[in-house]
Amino acid sequence: MTEKHDITLTINGKDYQVSVEARRTLVDVIRDQCGQTGTHIGCEHGVCGACTILLDGEPVRSCLMFGVQADGKELRTVEGLADGDTLHPLQQAFTDHHALQCGFCTPGFLMLAAGILEKNPDISDDDLVDALSSNLCRCTGYANIITAVKAAAEEMRAG
Amino acid sequence: MKPASFTYHAPASVDEAVALLGQYADADGRILAGGQSLVPTMAFRLARPGHLIDINGIDAIRNISVDGDALVIGAGVRHAAFHHPVCDGPLGALLSRVVQDIAHFPIRMRGTFCGSLAHADPASEWCAVAATLDATLVAKSADGERRIAAADFFETVMTTALAENEMLVEARLPILPANAKFGFNEFSRRAGDFAMTMALAVWEDDNGGITNARIGIGGAEDRPRRIAEAEAILNGNAPSDEIFRAAADAAADVVDPMEDHATPASYRRDLVRALTRRACEQANT
Amino acid sequence: MATAKKRVLGERLKRLEDPPLISGRARFADDINFPHQLHMRILRSPFAHAEIKSIETAAALALPGVVAVWTHADIADLGPIDFRADKSAEELKAFRQYCLAKDRVRYVGDPVAAVFAEDPYVAEDAIELIEIDAELLRVISDADQEPGEFEPGLSSEAGLLTHTFGDIEPGFENAHLVVEVDLRTGRHSGVPMETRGAIGVHNKTADTLELYGAAKIPHRNRDTLVRMLDRPPAKIHLHEGHTGGGFGIRGELYPEDVLVLLAAERLGRPVKWIEDRQEHMMAANQGRNQHHKARLAFDADGKILAMADEFWHDQGGYVRTHGANVPNRTMCMLTGAYKVPAFRAECHFRLTNKTPAATYRAPGRFESTFVRERMMDIAAEKFGVDRIEIRRRNLIGGADMPFRIEFDEPGVETLLFDSGDYPTLLDKALAHFKWDALEAELAERRAKGELVGCGLGIFVEESGKGPVDGARISVDINGDIEVLTGGASLGQGFETTMGQITAEALGADYGKITVIHGQTDRIPYGIGAHAARATVMTGSAVNITALKVREKALDVASEMLQTPADKLDIENSVVFVADNPSGPSVTLAEIAKRLMPGSKNLGDREPNLAAEGFHNTSESAFPYGIHFAVVKVDPDTGHVKVERFMVAYDVGRAVNHMLLEGQLVGGCIQGIGGALFEEFAYSKEGEPLAVTLADYLLPTMDCAPQVECLVTEDAPSPTNLLGIKGGGEGGINGVAAAIAGAIDNAIGKVGAVTQLPVTPQRMKQILRDAGQGD
Repeated sequence: MTEKHDITLTINGKDYQVSVEARRTLVDVIRDQCGQTGTHIGCEHGVCGACTILLDGEPVRSCLMFGVQADGKELRTVEGLADGDTLHPLQQAFTDHHALQCGFCTPGFLMLAAGILEKNPDISDDDLVDALSSNLCRCTGYANIITAVKAAAEEMRAG
Repeated sequence: MKPASFTYHAPASVDEAVALLGQYADADGRILAGGQSLVPTMAFRLARPGHLIDINGIDAIRNISVDGDALVIGAGVRHAAFHHPVCDGPLGALLSRVVQDIAHFPIRMRGTFCGSLAHADPASEWCAVAATLDATLVAKSADGERRIAAADFFETVMTTALAENEMLVEARLPILPANAKFGFNEFSRRAGDFAMTMALAVWEDDNGGITNARIGIGGAEDRPRRIAEAEAILNGNAPSDEIFRAAADAAADVVDPMEDHATPASYRRDLVRALTRRACEQANT
Repeated sequence: MATAKKRVLGERLKRLEDPPLISGRARFADDINFPHQLHMRILRSPFAHAEIKSIETAAALALPGVVAVWTHADIADLGPIDFRADKSAEELKAFRQYCLAKDRVRYVGDPVAAVFAEDPYVAEDAIELIEIDAELLRVISDADQEPGEFEPGLSSEAGLLTHTFGDIEPGFENAHLVVEVDLRTGRHSGVPMETRGAIGVHNKTADTLELYGAAKIPHRNRDTLVRMLDRPPAKIHLHEGHTGGGFGIRGELYPEDVLVLLAAERLGRPVKWIEDRQEHMMAANQGRNQHHKARLAFDADGKILAMADEFWHDQGGYVRTHGANVPNRTMCMLTGAYKVPAFRAECHFRLTNKTPAATYRAPGRFESTFVRERMMDIAAEKFGVDRIEIRRRNLIGGADMPFRIEFDEPGVETLLFDSGDYPTLLDKALAHFKWDALEAELAERRAKGELVGCGLGIFVEESGKGPVDGARISVDINGDIEVLTGGASLGQGFETTMGQITAEALGADYGKITVIHGQTDRIPYGIGAHAARATVMTGSAVNITALKVREKALDVASEMLQTPADKLDIENSVVFVADNPSGPSVTLAEIAKRLMPGSKNLGDREPNLAAEGFHNTSESAFPYGIHFAVVKVDPDTGHVKVERFMVAYDVGRAVNHMLLEGQLVGGCIQGIGGALFEEFAYSKEGEPLAVTLADYLLPTMDCAPQVECLVTEDAPSPTNLLGIKGGGEGGINGVAAAIAGAIDNAIGKVGAVTQLPVTPQRMKQILRDAGQGD
């Protein structure tokens, strides 16, 4: 029952070799075994989206997967968004437009938005809001998040 | 909310998967597909499978194809696959319409069509589609394969006709003819929530008359089903407001809705009435 | 002393807080780890009300990886959690909660045992192995029910609290019209995105106990812990890292906070506890659950003669750190922005077998505004007068300020509205949001069959309650500025606000400022951040302190530049001659160097470019506002959609408009949650029915209308130099009132909404009762 699996998670281009029980959730492995605490746990039952990461380019809720399932996959988390000292357009837009207050839901929103916009750069405003409504925020009331993501989308299309 | 311990298996083929399922059915061995429904129940420790058989590594079940008069959806096909029509004609359009109301974008990246059916949440959209279209569900075990009609597949809340050692390997939906029309409507509190009730109306337009009507209700009773009384009112008639209202009333009369502390049966009955009418109106556009 | 000309105050400066938060470098409680730490998990009562007979822990203790299992017996020397120092009423002390249940459990979720293990997964496995043998007791599921016993001989009605002034009887006897309402506000709460967490560490070298994951009121909690753990303040330190939202819920002293500290000391290892979401929904403070029977008496001209309210406050299983604060807040602000000659409010403060209740954003005021504004709407209809007009006739006027409300009961504070011009805000709001045109447009839509309507709620908020706060500011020889406060950050932009005030007062470069908060070992006193106090109190203290540093800097600069201080100015940390900006100058860093201890140029000055300052006040500051809602009701499903929401708010003086609007909009959406979606429902047996985020419905993006804000600064507060008032609670206060009024308006039945939240199921029933059901 406490059998451990040796797995390799590639997070933001770096390999982490860890040994974990099968039941250890992906978000726990990312945070605890790999030390990347930027991804947050808000509910552990797949509703709030704070744990959203990119798995092979797709936004997924890392609390709904087990670490062993991500063996050999490419993961991207908020720590990998910036390019060195240069913020990702989404990060810049979030701070420009006051799209965060406590910041707890922010990594989840950033990765969700990054995933959506990378998959579909020309997504319509309506579809964008529809996709963003996957995640919960309790502080901002959402309006500034929408503004920020739209602004970043425009910049990402232009750049 | 950490899950209880389990032994993890990652078979490379369906045969291997069902062999494991057969071996571990007694120890509550379960299939792990998308995990979007199973893993939360494990987090609450309501589900405590001793063995998880992860089928995400099996290539063969990712297929989605047309086989004669059926659309075949493999066990690994995710909700997101339906964002764009997977086949020509009304069926592809219907599935693309319905998928928009399923959960949220990231959930759809992982959750599977067949997983929804096997999970059998009464509020599942794919379950309502399968029941309404009379899908055929293909179950496989170490002993062989069998086909189960949708009407026999959904027994009650979270309960299907699948045996403990059986895996749902594919769902077969009948290809709808070119003259088929459909309308789908669900009501939920917030976008992406489980539907409190949903209605799917499908019929064939025979020179302005309705034939082969299908009215499916999901989310209201303990399992989705076709409402024959409503279909009987539609069949043979031209679409009209009165016909739609009569069919909606009939559906509302015969359903036996679920109840809870916040929602009396009468409320779901009202929803059945309203949504059946709306689904018919949409089919008629 | 020269004061800075307006430079950054009010500007939409980007936040100092953001960089770590947008790049995954934050330190929320769960991000903090110590070597050899143990993980604590709480066994919570599955019973709503029961007498504990035995707790079997042997199996849990035997599980590999489990180091200890505690029940009350193991911590019997620890007293119950006390009220905050200034709020302890003797009569309520019996209702306090022990850290682990003693003899009885009183709500599902009540902590019964604690497991300490090497890993949180193992801790959760161990919890399942603990067996409780208990005798079930009668469940008090409602504050309306006949009170039972909290314990043998002690009624579960903890108090009958009153607030009175004047004599209401003549008002009601001679009234031309009496409006009566019977209203319920549903149980809901802050539910922040981050659950609670606490890490206790025993620094054995210094023999100090350290609590990480503190929030909101670190110094107050430190003081309570000093009493509970019998340690001097110098030996207990609380540390606030990043916090994922508070809303009043996070940061009160909870059983788990005390347990991690005690365990760290007794087990000799750091102890980490992170709450999971299901626990949060049954263990963190809840609120808002009240049942009001209120009356309002009017004369023939529609002027209020008297107001009376009898209400039942559902306190849940225990009285926690707030004592009777929430019922008191409900009563004292019930009259709102109106002139009320006579008043009597009576609260049945009742314990029930639910999760304990405490403060949640605008505590007592979300509820009382709902009650009061419902009555005004009904009065308008009965008088055949416009809803705005009836309110206008009763508003306290600008000339009435400062406006005193003094209660008969000794010990109940007098309210002194410091400044405000409610009629002017009303006029501005109606014009800005084009109210008349809106009403006409909605009437047209209704004529075409849509169930659409608008509503409003006028309220007064309170902020900046004293008596004192202080700050220390220092500039180092590199020009970096440290603003040291005893404040707290819950995500609202505390650092930015203090940084902006400092930049303004000192003329400093905003980008060189670091604001310290939530560290009780850095500064001995502090008020934290709650009740919208931070901007006013800590901000004022920071302002005063920064002005002192400015004075010191200019004194030195005047020597260095051979120019009188009153001819100098400071901008971006550079001191220059005011009418010769491109001339000789000197930086704050250079001044700091000159003031170093031992410097030849010190003269008889105190070394260091630093100062400490305090802001004292005996008065609170009262911002005020009006909420407007436009809703559409779907008669088929009962769904209520908020099409538009408008907020008019006078903040006295804004420090950062961007942050203020963020607070208002965020509060609004939370208010919509309380008005339409959120409810902690319980079965008659006391079983909580909303313990997941799938059952407890937080507003999602699609539920949130675009909130339009009109912020005015017409009534600066005379209670502080900057004239500022708080903004943290002004977004939520009037939301239910406005939405209820809008629903009534949409369906054409005033007073139809009597219960929150207005779920679709309840809306269908309202429609049916109004003869509009299917």
